[in-house]
Amino acid sequence: MSASAIIFYAISAFLLGTGILAVTATNIFRAAIWLLFSLVGIAALYFWMQVEFVAAVQIIVYVGGIVILIIFSIFLTQQSGKEMPKPPLQRTIFSVLAAAFGLALTYLLISENGFTDGNGQPFKVAVSDIGMQMLSTTEHGYILPFEVVSMLLLAAMVGCIVIAMKSKQNNLPSPKNTEELS
Amino acid sequence: MTGVPLTHILFVSTALFFIGMYGLFTRRNMITMLMSIELMLNSVNINFVAFNKYLFPDKLDGIFFTIFIITIAAAEAAVAIAIIINLYRSHQSIDVEDATEMKF
Repeated sequence: MSASAIIFYAISAFLLGTGILAVTATNIFRAAIWLLFSLVGIAALYFWMQVEFVAAVQIIVYVGGIVILIIFSIFLTQQSGKEMPKPPLQRTIFSVLAAAFGLALTYLLISENGFTDGNGQPFKVAVSDIGMQMLSTTEHGYILPFEVVSMLLLAAMVGCIVIAMKSKQNNLPSPKNTEELS
Repeated sequence: MTGVPLTHILFVSTALFFIGMYGLFTRRNMITMLMSIELMLNSVNINFVAFNKYLFPDKLDGIFFTIFIITIAAAEAAVAIAIIINLYRSHQSIDVEDATEMKF
Protein backbone atom coordinates (compact mmCIF):
# COMPACT_ATOMS: atom_id res chain seq x y z
CA MET A 1 0.00 0.00 0.00
CA SER A 2 1.50 3.27 -1.07
CA ALA A 3 1.65 6.43 0.99
CA SER A 4 -0.98 8.09 -1.15
CA ALA A 5 -3.43 5.26 -0.52
CA ILE A 6 -2.79 5.47 3.23
CA ILE A 7 -3.50 9.22 3.10
CA PHE A 8 -6.72 8.57 1.20
CA TYR A 9 -7.99 6.03 3.74
CA ALA A 10 -7.04 8.31 6.64
CA ILE A 11 -8.93 11.26 5.09
CA SER A 12 -11.95 9.04 4.36
CA ALA A 13 -12.08 7.68 7.91
CA PHE A 14 -11.78 11.22 9.26
CA LEU A 15 -14.59 12.68 7.16
CA LEU A 16 -16.93 9.75 7.66
CA GLY A 17 -16.35 9.72 11.44
CA THR A 18 -16.91 13.44 11.82
CA GLY A 19 -19.94 13.17 9.51
CA ILE A 20 -21.50 10.53 11.76
CA LEU A 21 -20.79 12.69 14.80
CA ALA A 22 -22.36 15.68 13.02
CA VAL A 23 -25.66 13.88 12.56
CA THR A 24 -25.75 12.19 15.98
CA ALA A 25 -24.44 14.83 18.41
CA THR A 26 -27.17 15.98 20.78
CA ASN A 27 -25.64 19.39 21.34
CA ILE A 28 -26.49 21.45 18.25
CA PHE A 29 -23.42 23.67 18.48
CA ARG A 30 -21.14 20.62 18.64
CA ALA A 31 -22.96 19.17 15.64
CA ALA A 32 -22.13 22.33 13.69
CA ILE A 33 -18.46 22.05 14.67
CA TRP A 34 -18.33 18.39 13.62
CA LEU A 35 -19.90 19.41 10.30
CA LEU A 36 -17.08 21.95 9.95
CA PHE A 37 -14.49 19.19 10.41
CA SER A 38 -16.27 16.98 7.92
CA LEU A 39 -16.27 19.73 5.29
CA VAL A 40 -12.56 20.34 5.89
CA GLY A 41 -12.03 16.61 5.35
CA ILE A 42 -13.88 16.82 2.03
CA ALA A 43 -11.63 19.73 1.03
CA ALA A 44 -8.63 17.55 1.92
CA LEU A 45 -10.06 14.84 -0.33
CA TYR A 46 -10.22 17.38 -3.17
CA PHE A 47 -6.58 18.29 -2.52
CA TRP A 48 -5.75 14.58 -2.64
CA MET A 49 -7.51 14.33 -6.01
CA GLN A 50 -5.37 17.25 -7.26
CA VAL A 51 -8.23 19.64 -7.90
CA GLU A 52 -6.84 22.50 -5.87
CA PHE A 53 -9.29 25.06 -7.25
CA VAL A 54 -12.35 23.11 -6.11
CA ALA A 55 -10.70 22.52 -2.74
CA ALA A 56 -10.13 26.25 -2.33
CA VAL A 57 -13.72 27.01 -3.33
CA GLN A 58 -14.93 24.37 -0.87
CA ILE A 59 -13.00 25.94 2.00
CA ILE A 60 -14.06 29.48 1.11
CA VAL A 61 -17.75 28.81 0.51
CA TYR A 62 -18.55 25.99 2.93
CA VAL A 63 -16.12 26.41 5.81
CA GLY A 64 -15.94 30.19 5.60
CA GLY A 65 -19.52 30.87 4.59
CA ILE A 66 -22.20 28.28 5.16
CA VAL A 67 -20.99 26.88 8.48
CA ILE A 68 -20.54 30.39 9.86
CA LEU A 69 -24.08 31.21 8.70
CA ILE A 70 -25.38 28.06 10.42
CA ILE A 71 -23.57 28.95 13.65
CA PHE A 72 -25.01 32.47 13.55
CA SER A 73 -28.50 31.11 13.08
CA ILE A 74 -27.97 28.70 15.99
CA PHE A 75 -27.07 31.67 18.16
CA LEU A 76 -30.10 33.60 16.90
CA THR A 77 -32.68 30.88 17.31
CA GLN A 78 -31.82 28.88 20.42
CA GLN A 79 -29.57 28.44 23.40
CA SER A 80 -26.39 26.88 22.08
CA GLY A 81 -25.73 24.91 25.26
CA LYS A 82 -29.12 23.24 25.27
CA GLU A 83 -29.22 19.53 24.58
CA MET A 84 -31.61 18.35 21.90
CA PRO A 85 -33.90 15.46 22.82
CA LYS A 86 -32.77 12.13 21.46
CA PRO A 87 -34.91 10.72 18.63
CA PRO A 88 -37.23 7.90 19.65
CA LEU A 89 -35.71 4.43 19.46
CA GLN A 90 -38.12 3.22 16.80
CA ARG A 91 -37.26 6.07 14.46
CA THR A 92 -33.54 5.52 15.01
CA ILE A 93 -33.78 1.81 14.26
CA PHE A 94 -35.73 2.29 11.05
CA SER A 95 -33.51 5.16 9.88
CA VAL A 96 -30.40 3.03 10.44
CA LEU A 97 -32.03 0.18 8.54
CA ALA A 98 -33.02 2.43 5.64
CA ALA A 99 -29.54 3.97 5.42
CA ALA A 100 -27.81 0.58 5.70
CA PHE A 101 -29.94 -1.06 3.03
CA GLY A 102 -29.56 1.93 0.74
CA LEU A 103 -25.81 1.86 1.20
CA ALA A 104 -25.67 -1.89 0.57
CA LEU A 105 -27.77 -1.66 -2.60
CA THR A 106 -25.82 1.29 -4.01
CA TYR A 107 -22.47 -0.28 -3.24
CA LEU A 108 -23.59 -3.53 -4.84
CA LEU A 109 -24.42 -1.62 -8.03
CA ILE A 110 -21.08 0.22 -7.91
CA SER A 111 -19.00 -2.89 -7.35
CA GLU A 112 -20.81 -4.87 -10.05
CA ASN A 113 -20.21 -2.14 -12.60
CA GLY A 114 -16.79 -2.37 -14.22
CA PHE A 115 -15.67 1.17 -14.82
CA THR A 116 -13.36 1.60 -17.77
CA ASP A 117 -10.57 3.83 -16.64
CA GLY A 118 -9.72 6.87 -18.67
CA ASN A 119 -7.15 6.54 -21.38
CA GLY A 120 -4.30 6.92 -18.92
CA GLN A 121 -3.88 10.61 -19.46
CA PRO A 122 -2.72 12.70 -16.52
CA PHE A 123 -5.44 14.76 -14.89
CA LYS A 124 -4.37 18.38 -14.77
CA VAL A 125 -6.75 21.14 -13.81
CA ALA A 126 -5.28 24.55 -14.51
CA VAL A 127 -7.32 27.44 -13.17
CA SER A 128 -6.81 29.27 -16.48
CA ASP A 129 -8.42 26.35 -18.34
CA ILE A 130 -11.41 26.45 -15.99
CA GLY A 131 -11.79 30.18 -16.56
CA MET A 132 -11.43 29.90 -20.33
CA GLN A 133 -14.02 27.16 -20.64
CA MET A 134 -16.37 28.76 -18.11
CA LEU A 135 -16.61 31.99 -20.09
CA SER A 136 -16.30 30.64 -23.62
CA THR A 137 -19.24 30.99 -25.99
CA THR A 138 -18.29 28.03 -28.17
CA GLU A 139 -19.84 24.59 -28.12
CA HIS A 140 -18.47 23.35 -24.80
CA GLY A 141 -18.55 26.69 -23.04
CA TYR A 142 -20.45 27.32 -19.83
CA ILE A 143 -21.29 31.01 -20.29
CA LEU A 144 -25.08 30.49 -20.23
CA PRO A 145 -25.20 28.49 -16.95
CA PHE A 146 -22.75 30.96 -15.48
CA GLU A 147 -25.07 33.90 -16.21
CA VAL A 148 -28.16 31.99 -15.09
CA VAL A 149 -26.48 31.04 -11.82
CA SER A 150 -25.40 34.61 -11.21
CA MET A 151 -28.99 35.81 -11.67
CA LEU A 152 -30.19 33.01 -9.37
CA LEU A 153 -27.73 34.04 -6.68
CA LEU A 154 -28.86 37.66 -6.92
CA ALA A 155 -32.52 36.65 -6.71
CA ALA A 156 -31.78 34.38 -3.73
CA MET A 157 -29.98 37.13 -1.84
CA VAL A 158 -32.77 39.64 -2.46
CA GLY A 159 -35.30 37.00 -1.42
CA CYS A 160 -33.38 36.31 1.80
CA ILE A 161 -33.46 39.97 2.75
CA VAL A 162 -37.18 40.21 2.02
CA ILE A 163 -38.01 37.04 3.96
CA ALA A 164 -35.93 37.87 7.03
CA MET A 165 -36.97 41.52 7.13
CA LYS A 166 -39.07 42.51 10.12
CA SER A 167 -42.57 43.44 9.02
CA LYS A 168 -44.06 46.68 10.25
CA GLN A 169 -46.41 45.99 13.11
CA ASN A 170 -49.10 48.50 12.16
CA ASN A 171 -49.76 47.66 8.53
CA LEU A 172 -48.94 43.95 8.35
CA PRO A 173 -50.67 41.71 10.88
CA SER A 174 -48.26 39.39 12.65
CA PRO A 175 -49.35 35.75 13.11
CA LYS A 176 -50.23 36.35 16.75
CA ASN A 177 -52.71 39.10 15.81
CA THR A 178 -54.35 36.89 13.23
CA GLU A 179 -54.67 34.11 15.77
CA GLU A 180 -56.44 36.47 18.12
CA LEU A 181 -58.76 37.63 15.37
CA SER A 182 -59.73 34.18 14.21
CA MET B 1 -3.37 7.79 -6.48
CA THR B 2 -2.87 4.77 -8.68
CA GLY B 3 -3.28 2.45 -5.71
CA VAL B 4 -6.83 3.55 -4.92
CA PRO B 5 -9.52 2.25 -7.28
CA LEU B 6 -12.48 4.41 -8.22
CA THR B 7 -14.93 2.20 -6.32
CA HIS B 8 -13.36 3.11 -2.97
CA ILE B 9 -13.91 6.82 -3.56
CA LEU B 10 -17.47 6.04 -4.65
CA PHE B 11 -17.94 4.04 -1.45
CA VAL B 12 -16.85 7.03 0.63
CA SER B 13 -19.26 9.36 -1.16
CA THR B 14 -22.11 6.84 -0.92
CA ALA B 15 -21.50 6.37 2.80
CA LEU B 16 -21.49 10.14 3.30
CA PHE B 17 -24.77 10.43 1.37
CA PHE B 18 -26.47 7.85 3.57
CA ILE B 19 -25.06 9.43 6.73
CA GLY B 20 -26.78 12.62 5.60
CA MET B 21 -29.95 10.69 4.87
CA TYR B 22 -29.88 9.15 8.34
CA GLY B 23 -29.54 12.63 9.84
CA LEU B 24 -32.46 13.88 7.75
CA PHE B 25 -34.64 11.03 9.00
CA THR B 26 -33.81 11.23 12.70
CA ARG B 27 -33.42 14.96 13.32
CA ARG B 28 -36.41 17.18 13.94
CA ASN B 29 -34.55 20.47 14.32
CA MET B 30 -34.51 22.48 11.10
CA ILE B 31 -30.91 23.65 11.38
CA THR B 32 -29.59 20.13 11.84
CA MET B 33 -31.73 18.93 8.93
CA LEU B 34 -30.12 21.66 6.83
CA MET B 35 -26.70 20.40 7.93
CA SER B 36 -27.63 16.89 6.78
CA ILE B 37 -28.64 18.26 3.38
CA GLU B 38 -25.24 19.96 3.09
CA LEU B 39 -23.54 16.61 3.74
CA MET B 40 -25.60 14.98 0.97
CA LEU B 41 -24.77 17.73 -1.53
CA ASN B 42 -21.09 17.37 -0.70
CA SER B 43 -21.14 13.65 -1.32
CA VAL B 44 -22.54 14.30 -4.80
CA ASN B 45 -19.71 16.76 -5.41
CA ILE B 46 -17.14 14.11 -4.50
CA ASN B 47 -18.77 11.79 -7.03
CA PHE B 48 -18.56 14.37 -9.83
CA VAL B 49 -14.90 15.13 -9.21
CA ALA B 50 -13.95 11.45 -8.88
CA PHE B 51 -15.70 10.48 -12.12
CA ASN B 52 -14.07 13.38 -13.91
CA LYS B 53 -10.63 12.43 -12.62
CA TYR B 54 -10.80 8.69 -13.25
CA LEU B 55 -12.97 8.31 -16.35
CA PHE B 56 -12.53 11.51 -18.36
CA PRO B 57 -9.20 13.06 -17.37
CA ASP B 58 -9.06 15.19 -20.51
CA LYS B 59 -12.32 17.04 -19.83
CA LEU B 60 -13.42 19.48 -17.15
CA ASP B 61 -17.21 19.07 -17.04
CA GLY B 62 -17.32 17.43 -13.60
CA ILE B 63 -15.44 20.39 -12.14
CA PHE B 64 -18.03 22.77 -13.59
CA PHE B 65 -20.91 20.77 -12.18
CA THR B 66 -19.21 20.81 -8.78
CA ILE B 67 -18.76 24.57 -8.88
CA PHE B 68 -22.39 25.14 -9.88
CA ILE B 69 -23.62 22.80 -7.16
CA ILE B 70 -21.57 24.68 -4.56
CA THR B 71 -23.04 27.98 -5.76
CA ILE B 72 -26.62 26.73 -5.62
CA ALA B 73 -26.00 25.11 -2.22
CA ALA B 74 -24.85 28.48 -0.89
CA ALA B 75 -28.00 30.19 -2.20
CA GLU B 76 -30.17 27.40 -0.82
CA ALA B 77 -28.57 27.60 2.63
CA ALA B 78 -29.04 31.37 2.76
CA VAL B 79 -32.74 31.15 1.81
CA ALA B 80 -33.32 28.26 4.23
CA ILE B 81 -31.76 30.14 7.13
CA ALA B 82 -33.83 33.24 6.34
CA ILE B 83 -36.98 31.08 6.43
CA ILE B 84 -35.85 29.43 9.69
CA ILE B 85 -35.25 32.78 11.38
CA ASN B 86 -38.63 34.06 10.22
CA LEU B 87 -40.31 30.89 11.49
CA TYR B 88 -38.57 31.24 14.83
CA ARG B 89 -39.91 34.78 15.10
CA SER B 90 -43.50 33.67 14.64
CA HIS B 91 -43.44 30.28 16.41
CA GLN B 92 -40.58 30.60 18.96
CA SER B 93 -39.44 27.16 17.81
CA ILE B 94 -37.63 25.62 14.86
CA ASP B 95 -38.85 22.10 15.38
CA VAL B 96 -40.61 20.75 12.29
CA GLU B 97 -43.26 19.13 14.50
CA ASP B 98 -44.34 22.57 15.72
CA ALA B 99 -45.01 24.05 12.28
CA THR B 100 -48.32 22.35 11.58
CA GLU B 101 -50.46 25.10 10.05
CA MET B 102 -50.36 23.56 6.57
CA LYS B 103 -50.76 19.99 7.77
CA PHE B 104 -54.08 18.62 6.60
